[in-house]
Formats: sequence, structure tokens, C-alpha cells
Amino acid sequence: MQVFASLLDALAFTPSRNAKLRLIGDYLRTTPDPARGYALAALTGALSFTGAKSAVIRGLVAERVDPELFAMSYDYVGDLAETVALIWPERPRNAPPPTIDAVVDELSAASRAEVPKLLEAWLDVLDADGRWALLKLATGGLRVGVSARLAKVALAEAFDKEAAEIEEIWHGLEPPYPTLFDWLEGKGSMPDPGAGAGFRPVMLANPLDEAAIDKLDPSAYRAEWKWDGVRVQAVSRSGEQRLYTRTGDDISGSFPDVVAGFDFNGVIDGELLVRGEGEPGIDGLVPVAAFSALQKRLGRKRPSVKLQQSSPGMIRAYDMLFDGDEDVRGGSFDVRRIRLEAWGKTAPEVFDISPLVPFASWAELTEIRAGARADGIEGLMLKLGAAPYTAGRPQGPWFKWKRAPLTLDLVVMYAQRGHGRRSSYFSDYTFGAWTEEDALVPVGKAYSGFTDKELAALDKWVRANTTDRFGPVRQVAPGLTFEVAFDAAQRSTRHKSGVALRFPRIKRIRWDKPIEEADRLETVLALADG
Amino acid sequence: MARADQKFGWLELRPGGLYCAPADIYIDPGRGVPNAIITHGHADHARPGHGKVLATPETLAIMGVRYPADTPETQGLAYGERITIGGVNIWLAPAGHVLGSAQVALEYGGERIVVSGDYKRRPDPTAAAFEVIKCDLFITEATFALPVFRHPPAEQEVQKLLTSIAQFPEQAHVLGVYGLGKCQRMLSLVREAGFEEPIFLHGALIKLTELYQGFGFDFGDVRPVAGTDKAELATALIFAPPSAIQDKWSRRFQNPRTAVASGWMRVRARARQRGAELPLVISDHADWDELLMTCKETGAEEVWITHGREDALAHALIAAGQRARPLRLAGREEEAA
Repeated sequence: MQVFASLLDALAFTPSRNAKLRLIGDYLRTTPDPARGYALAALTGALSFTGAKSAVIRGLVAERVDPELFAMSYDYVGDLAETVALIWPERPRNAPPPTIDAVVDELSAASRAEVPKLLEAWLDVLDADGRWALLKLATGGLRVGVSARLAKVALAEAFDKEAAEIEEIWHGLEPPYPTLFDWLEGKGSMPDPGAGAGFRPVMLANPLDEAAIDKLDPSAYRAEWKWDGVRVQAVSRSGEQRLYTRTGDDISGSFPDVVAGFDFNGVIDGELLVRGEGEPGIDGLVPVAAFSALQKRLGRKRPSVKLQQSSPGMIRAYDMLFDGDEDVRGGSFDVRRIRLEAWGKTAPEVFDISPLVPFASWAELTEIRAGARADGIEGLMLKLGAAPYTAGRPQGPWFKWKRAPLTLDLVVMYAQRGHGRRSSYFSDYTFGAWTEEDALVPVGKAYSGFTDKELAALDKWVRANTTDRFGPVRQVAPGLTFEVAFDAAQRSTRHKSGVALRFPRIKRIRWDKPIEEADRLETVLALADG
Repeated sequence: MARADQKFGWLELRPGGLYCAPADIYIDPGRGVPNAIITHGHADHARPGHGKVLATPETLAIMGVRYPADTPETQGLAYGERITIGGVNIWLAPAGHVLGSAQVALEYGGERIVVSGDYKRRPDPTAAAFEVIKCDLFITEATFALPVFRHPPAEQEVQKLLTSIAQFPEQAHVLGVYGLGKCQRMLSLVREAGFEEPIFLHGALIKLTELYQGFGFDFGDVRPVAGTDKAELATALIFAPPSAIQDKWSRRFQNPRTAVASGWMRVRARARQRGAELPLVISDHADWDELLMTCKETGAEEVWITHGREDALAHALIAAGQRARPLRLAGREEEAA
């Protein structure tokens, strides 16, 4: 448990992705079975214990600590598990600290009534870091900045495998994954993924290099609309239904309305959207609500019935991985498309099929793309008709071709310190537009897109023009304009300006542009209203 | 005003700080006064501008480095050496906080008061170990006076740093340390743990480290960052003041791992605020258990509590049967009376 605790502790404080990969990889390579298997299960969110609620932990600490001192401490620390881990007054016990496998085994086997005694005994023999790890593990939600995907990538890198290979077999595996580690260490064959409702690694597209488009043969490629939703995989196999994000996170719980409609057998690739109201959308399809409606649903682990009714989810299908029990990924896009369209005729109601966009030449498609500003469309996808479904991001078969971004000139209002390498630079900027009263109101925030030289110049400017400080944030005197590119503007009740920008990024620093000539809020709102 | 015939009435809180009227002398005053006893060299205790300063020779030397333009009349008092001023018997005892740090023991009218200054109970190769002095009134610090602050063994924390250096050998490690005390203690601890490579110091840490070396401490191969080749720093261990880590100064290192050694690192939110990737919980103050233990060991019938979480410590001492009050309140009561 102490080694696992050290790992969690290090992960929690390490912002760099590469450093996290190394920390996890080193741990998985050097820790014996079954401890590393349970640690991997914890990192991928595969463990849950029902009896270890925060009320249990509060009860335990209340028996040992003066309530007033606990209240002062909790108030200062701000996190229950951390407060208890630090404050716990150990009573000597004649026992060594538990191993992570013992913790997992005993917690899984324990009845609700037995859990407090178990936890109490472990809290007495672990140190503060160990107690923190134990409480995070027991109550679920490690919150150390590691996604299930990152843990799997670390595992793959540690043993020189592809992450896609891990994903492919993942669902058939159970903690502590003995067959997986045997295979990784060359002591066994690759585990069989089986026929369960597991996630299959998805195929991803590369951005299209417009300058090189003429080198591609238009007749070899198929075009689809690129939908402004969330890429998902709908799985219904062996009587099990699941909805996954493109990284394999199971979001079935957030979309019970969608999963309830998975009355089919197979694996479908598509875009998760929220049904809109009113006129049919492009190509006569069901209208799609603004991305903010989907975002709201993604944030709810258990959506209310009301929310499910006001923002119903749906899936716009564009590929097929399994047709019934048959794995069709080896077939070409064109063959899969025929199967998909055939399936679509009798598909459950939560699905519709993303249509192909016919075109004869790149010139024609360029024109179609320029005109595509309808709600819910981000641009076009190009897919090679002859290509099989290949996990990962292969170069060549799939391209995303987003529509040209919109741009505005906006005034820098606040700057914030970056993270990691950029922690000494003010590298995150909030910018605003002018209101009718000639005041600035923030409309967006962005951080990427600077060269080191630009960043240094901006940092210098921020330091010289600071008017107020709020922790890591500096307020600056209006005086600098950014040309900001973004994909869309949307009405928002969450923002003071009443509008939010989708994917804002700073295109250029306009040292030359007087701030009075920056854009006005009414212009931004007009963009949102289309 | 306090009356000398009241219990402990000969020590009072004045706007300038703790004041002993019969000796006409302040302890760690916050502003320039004619006569001051200084417990140790940290800037919140040792200020410039006093007429006459009484302190350990080490503390006087530290003040000389910090305030070269300040030239008060000084009187060095070694640990245990006694002096009588205005009928008050005064001596200094080790506080274990930093080099030269002292508790002030004062005897007058049959009462003994001990002012702890800042103190710790853990061993520190660079500071004389804390001595418990039996007394009637103990005035304690309370920097880490919450039960969540229980410092782990320093050796275990140093090992975290060495593990990271082994795991990320291609990166520089920048350790944030206060210039007086923490810097030199960490140099000693890192050397004791077997680290033999050169250690590079930020310019602000050099003078005080040289002062320690002048008192005979050996920190191995210690060099200034300034003037060192960038390539050599790229994989080195570097010490810097905590504020430099998030500032422009740190840009000279490519992609460093940042560590901070401080008792505050015990709380995650604080560690994150300070930008520490490697928080090392190493403190030069007593932790919660040690504060309680020390107050008890002095046998004091009353404890006054200053700078820190006075409320929590007072609550715990009272619950344990000792008279205790926050010094600020004690001061106000006297003013009211």
C-alpha cells in the first residue's frame, strides 16, 4: 500500500503527461503481482467498494478526534480524506501496513457493517500518505489527474506494446489482470478479448493539409459532415449495452435514454448529439441542439428525467466495427458503409445515419465546405473508400477538414500563470469585447498558439501593465488586441457577456491595433445568432 | 498598563512587541527600539534599527550579514550564560530552530518566564538541540498548531527527492528553501543521505551558507548558479528561495522538477499553490504533537500562545488541563485593566 501511496502522491503533484507516464510505467514494471494489477485497476477506475462512504469515515474520525479541532482542521485543509489522513491519531497495533491486494480483497469481501472496523485497523498502521491513498481508493475517485486512457498508455509504453492492443483486450480482463501481465512479460499469449460489450479502440483522422489536397484522388475518397458533438462507440453485444467515449471511458450512466435504445447487436461508431427542435437540419436530418446542450448532459453523472426529456441524446452513426457478432473492421470503408446503411433501415430510433456528401471534384467540395455553417456542423470528413478500420491515427485514410474559423479582434483583460514549463509565464489570457457603454466584457479565454519569443514578449507586457492581482491571475490595463480564431459563437447564460466562443485560440498578437478598433459585443452576439 | 505586582505583570505586550519593564527590554520587537533581545535571525524576529541588541553570537553574525548597514551596540550571550538587567535574571537556551536560535529565560520576583521564539524538537545537524526549561509561564509559538500538522521523518522526505533525481536523471531538480536555516539543513540532510554531486545555489542563498561554513559546517561541493554553464545545470540539483521557482529566474533551467521543503507542504492545496511537483514536508518548527508535548514538559502553570493557530492550541491545552490563552487576547485584557 505504501508503494502505491507514493505513486499516487507523485502523480497528484506532477502536471507533465510524460512524467506521469514514466511514474506509472516504472511502477507497473517493478511492482510484483498482484499488487500492480490492483493498482492498475484503481487507476483505470475498475474498482468500487460500496461500504466505504464518506459518512463512515466521518464516523471513525469522530470517535478519535476532538470535534472542535477536527472542524478547524477540515476547514483549513478543505478535503475530508486528506484531513482524516493527516489528523488520524494512530493507536499502536501489532500488524504491518496492509498490501494493496489485501485492501482490495478484504474490502470487496466485507459486508457493509464490517467496513468501518477494517478501515480503522488499516488507518492505524499506515502513515499519512498511506492513509490518504487508502481513503481515496476505498471511497472511489483517486483524482490524481490520471484518466483510464493515460494509465493504459503508460502500461503499453512500459512493455513496448501499442495502446490499441491493450484497449482491444481490456474489457475481457478482470483485476488483477494476471493473463495481461503474463502476456506483457512474454510469459503467455495475448488474452482473448471475448464477445463482451467491451470498448474497441477507435480510428482517428488527421487534419487535412489543404495545400496538398490536389495530390489526393477525389474518386477514392468519401465525404461526410463533421458533426459538432462527441465521438462515441455504441456497443450492444451478448445482451450488454455500453456507450463509450473515443478514449474508452464508459459514459452509459450519463445517457440512460440513449443506452435504453440500444436494441441491436453490434458495435457502432458515431457522434453523440442532442436533438434540437424546429425545422429539420441539413439533408433533412433531425435538427441538432447547440453543443452547450450536450455539454450540460456530459457534466451529469445521473441526469434527471427532466434533463433527459428537455435534451434527449441521439447518435448519428457513420461506421460499423461489428455487424452482429461479425468483426467487420478488416473490410473496406465502402463495404462497411453498405452494411451500415442496411443496418440503418431497421436501426433503433436513437440512431440515424450520417449521410455521405456527394462531390465530383475538390473544387466542388471546397465550395460545399465554405457554405456549411449550419448548426451542428464543424466541417467535413474525408475517408478513403478502400481503407480498413485501423485503430489509432494512421496517416492517410481519414482526414478532418474543419470549416474556416471565424475571427474577432479582442482586447486582453486578464492573464494567468501557465503550468509546468510555463509556470513562470503569464500564458493564459482572457479577452473581451466592447459593450454599448464602452466597457470591456470577457468573451473567452485561450492559452495556446505562441512561440517562445511571443510568449516572452507577452509576459513582459503583462508584468508592465498589471493593475491588480488575484492569486495567479493579473488584471491588465486595456492596451493589447489579439486576433482570436474560433469555431463558433454560442449564446450562454453562464457568461456575463451572454456569449461563449467554441475552441478559441489566439491567431495573432496585434501589437499594431488600437484597442478602440477591437470588436464590439453586438458583433459577437450576431455571430451567435447566426 | 500592567502592574508589576500582578502575576507575570512584569512582562507585557506593547505595540512594539513583548516588553519586560524592569529590564526595559523588548523581545523580538516588530520595530526599532532602544533595547532588544533577538531570539533568532529570521526577518520577522530580527529587525534592524535597534539601539542595543542582545542575542547569541551566531544570531548577531547572521544579523550582520542581513543588515550590513545596521550598526547597533551588540552583546553576545552564549547559551546558558547569565546576565542581570534591572534585577531581571536573563539567559538564552537552544531552541533547535536555526543556527543560533534561542529561547529567552527571564527570572524576576520569584517567577520564571520562558519565551520560546520559534523552535523545533527534531534533530537538526545545523542547530543546537532544543532544551526544555521548567518555568511558570511558557510563551510558545504556534505556526503549525493544527492536529493535521505532524511532520514525517525528514530522512524519508529527503529520500523522495533522491528517488526523483534517480527517476528523472535528465531533468534539473530545483528545491525551494528559505535562505536561513532550511537551506543549510537541507544541504546537510542531502549529504547525509549520500548525495555527492555538486549542489548549486541561487545567489540569495550564498552569503548565509558561507556564514554557516564559517562556523565549521561542511556541505560538500556547493557552487553558485551564476556563472555555471547551462548544460551543467540542466541535470543538476539546485537550491533557490521558494519565490524564485515560479519566477523568471527559473527559466534558465529547461523543464525542471520543482521541489519545495517546508512544513506547509503537508497540505496538498498549499503545495499546489506553491507550484511544487515534489513537496517535501520538512519543517523547522515544532509540529502539533511536539507543541503539546513541549508545553507539558515545561511544567508551566500558564501558556501564552503567539503567531499561528492560537485558537486550536489554546483549545487543546485547556482540554488537557493547562491554563492557556492567545497572547493577543492576553495583551488586550491588560490594556483594558
